[in-house]
Amino acid sequence: MTTLQKAAVVTREDGGKLRVSRRFDAPRDLVWRAYTQPELVKRWMEGDAAWEMTQCEMDVREGGTYRWRWKQKDGTGEFGFHGTYHEITAPERIVNDEYYDPGTIGGSMGDYCDITLTLEEADGATMMTTLMDFHTEENRETAMSTGMSDGMEFSYQHLDKLLEKI
Amino acid sequence: MHLDHAFTALADPTRRAILARLAEGEATVAEIKQPFAISQPAISRHLKILEEAGLIETRINRQSRPRRLKPEALAATADWLDRCCEAWEANYSRLDALLEDMKHADPKGPAT
Repeated sequence: MTTLQKAAVVTREDGGKLRVSRRFDAPRDLVWRAYTQPELVKRWMEGDAAWEMTQCEMDVREGGTYRWRWKQKDGTGEFGFHGTYHEITAPERIVNDEYYDPGTIGGSMGDYCDITLTLEEADGATMMTTLMDFHTEENRETAMSTGMSDGMEFSYQHLDKLLEKI
Repeated sequence: MHLDHAFTALADPTRRAILARLAEGEATVAEIKQPFAISQPAISRHLKILEEAGLIETRINRQSRPRRLKPEALAATADWLDRCCEAWEANYSRLDALLEDMKHADPKGPAT
């Protein structure tokens, strides 16, 4: 039996880009559906127990828009993402832009981000690559420190912990 | 390392981007400045803050004075990327679970 490492690999690239690669043990058609059908997207983007996804609207076609929003169950925090699809090539490629709406939790993701999602299938597994272009290195670092999604607050409180180590 | 200084130094996205650049190897001030739309004096101020925080150091060289990360800061920038990785991984492990459900519910893929 072989055990393949599945953990996401995140790398910085020149010009303010960030590349995230992750292998999924499922055929590409399934991954495509899980990524493009709102009722399925909601199931994995819902986040942890403290957050619920209150809005998940996706018009997955070129020129269509999407709008995602999360709310803390105790009512204290809210944030979202929205954008427009520029290219939809089922089941292998999506190009869209993404704007961060800081809601009540604050932070910044820079101005906006251009995202290219690529799905490649090999031996029944799917490699998902997400290339995020924040346009400048400052924007990228700002986004990384704000946290990527579902209320994962990678912010200055993490810097505190980090600073204890160095 | 001065923790107060380090915290102030890391709170600024330009300085975090400079650290990310130096994580790839030492660089001259001109090389560090290249991706940023800010002046040389502004870059020099950022570098001074990073140096005072003990995150970077200057190597004295005859022609240039390249900056490099101090080893402790190198560990810090790696940790930072790991944090982002964890955020993504949390989503992706839920996607793994969903895909398992979908395989059992619909083993031949999407119905037409």
